[in-house]
Amino acid sequence: MAEYAREELLACTVARLIGEAAHVAVGAASPIPATACALLLAQGRPLRVSLLHKRAGNPFTEGSRELFDLAGQGRIDVFFLGAAQIDGRANVNLVRAGGRRFPGSFGSAFMYFAARRTILFREEHSPRVLVPKVDFVSAPGVSAAGVWRRGGPQALLTGMALFRWQAERTRFRLESAHPGHDSAEIRARTGFDYDLAEPLASTPTPSAGELALLRGPVAREIAGNYPEFARRVWGRVAPV
Amino acid sequence: MADLAANAPRFLADAQAIAAQVPDGAFVALPPDYSLVAAEVVRALVRRRARGLRLLGVPVLGYGADLLIGAGCVESVETSAVSLGEAGPAPRFTEAVESGALRVVDSTCPMVHTGLQATEKGVPFMPLRGVIGSDLVTERSDWKVIQNPLTSEPDPIVLAAAIEPDIALFHARWADRSGNVWIGRRRELATIAHASRRTYVTYEELRDGDMLEDELLAPGVLSSVYVTAAAPAARGAWPLGVVDLYAIDDAHLAHYGRVARTREGFERYLEEFVWRSTRERNSSPAPSHA
Repeated sequence: MAEYAREELLACTVARLIGEAAHVAVGAASPIPATACALLLAQGRPLRVSLLHKRAGNPFTEGSRELFDLAGQGRIDVFFLGAAQIDGRANVNLVRAGGRRFPGSFGSAFMYFAARRTILFREEHSPRVLVPKVDFVSAPGVSAAGVWRRGGPQALLTGMALFRWQAERTRFRLESAHPGHDSAEIRARTGFDYDLAEPLASTPTPSAGELALLRGPVAREIAGNYPEFARRVWGRVAPV
Repeated sequence: MADLAANAPRFLADAQAIAAQVPDGAFVALPPDYSLVAAEVVRALVRRRARGLRLLGVPVLGYGADLLIGAGCVESVETSAVSLGEAGPAPRFTEAVESGALRVVDSTCPMVHTGLQATEKGVPFMPLRGVIGSDLVTERSDWKVIQNPLTSEPDPIVLAAAIEPDIALFHARWADRSGNVWIGRRRELATIAHASRRTYVTYEELRDGDMLEDELLAPGVLSSVYVTAAAPAARGAWPLGVVDLYAIDDAHLAHYGRVARTREGFERYLEEFVWRSTRERNSSPAPSHA
């Protein structure tokens, strides 16, 4: 089996979650989702990717509000949210907890409603991130009946595991553990309750073909917008 | 604040002259780090020891706001986030909020845009989907959830109150002799200029002629009707960037993100990159940030 970086495993997993989407938007500071999109494009998938923070050739000509207007119109299939805290109802907190201040809610309070699917992504898998109840709701995972909502959570991906969101049960189900992690460790490191799939699957590792693309055209593409990330994962790469 | 901009554009000498036009306590709208920040004016505001500024992030804030916060120029921020992007959390913002020195009016990106668009149109509020169920709604007395008046079905919807900044402040690639400025695709700068009582712009280069008479340039132009005053500032966005001219100085932002984690490190940074560069400017006609 090929050696791979954890970031490469996560990017391949995100790429599978994106699936058959037509239009994916990637927001601030999201190098792994951006890598997943670049991988799908390198595989020849007919996907439109709008990178909010693309430094050159940015897709928006109406300023930074255009992304939100696109989402409001129903033109964004998949969006990504990270958070300082995520709870078992898929609420996200990007504002504050326990005396600590985080950057802020960004577009979460709108995009979580307006995008057709949202993939929650946070590498740190710990009881301080995955909490029973968030200290501040930047954006709710579930809305009351009668409140307009086009989409919501699809899955929660961490550095340790993949959880699927079950809309009908409004709970997560642990779908797979990344290689090197097991059910007991995930339970101990997760602050909220969730359902189990038995037996627990192992998250598929990147194929040789995926790794070749990641380390070639994808690395060069990502280096342009996320130079620090590209250097950390792939070493020195010349951006396209 | 005084009236909206008049038709006759004013040109000022430099970024320092613009900083002198920004009064203490003003409500100042700033673009995000990727969208033409007037960093040279930010440094000049630190040097003139501006106080009590209320910053509006359109829709987020970064390096420029963190510098102003650390230097004690800021009373409050209304924003969707403050972050240095890849260089990590904004250290002076984080410290100021956690110590109780800075008030934050938390928002979410499209609510900022919607509030400014209401002011562009001269209406008191504008609705937006989503947001309901967020704790932001309970914190914001200026956001109201109402029943959609156009349907008999239950349909709550949130209203953003019009946001009226005193001052819009940003950098531009070009100004022309008619006082028009070229902002390219960064149309959020046009939105904040439309919505603000006064707009101050620094620019890289002055162009001859009128850019509104050039069909290729005109769509990226902000007309002088919105521009209160403009001033030259070569490399005026540094360490942030101007597309096709100079890139964001990632190494510098990473350096700032590290050293500004402590008060002492931040003071040393100010000494090196804000105070010392003034002294060099005063003793040399060709300032450099290299």
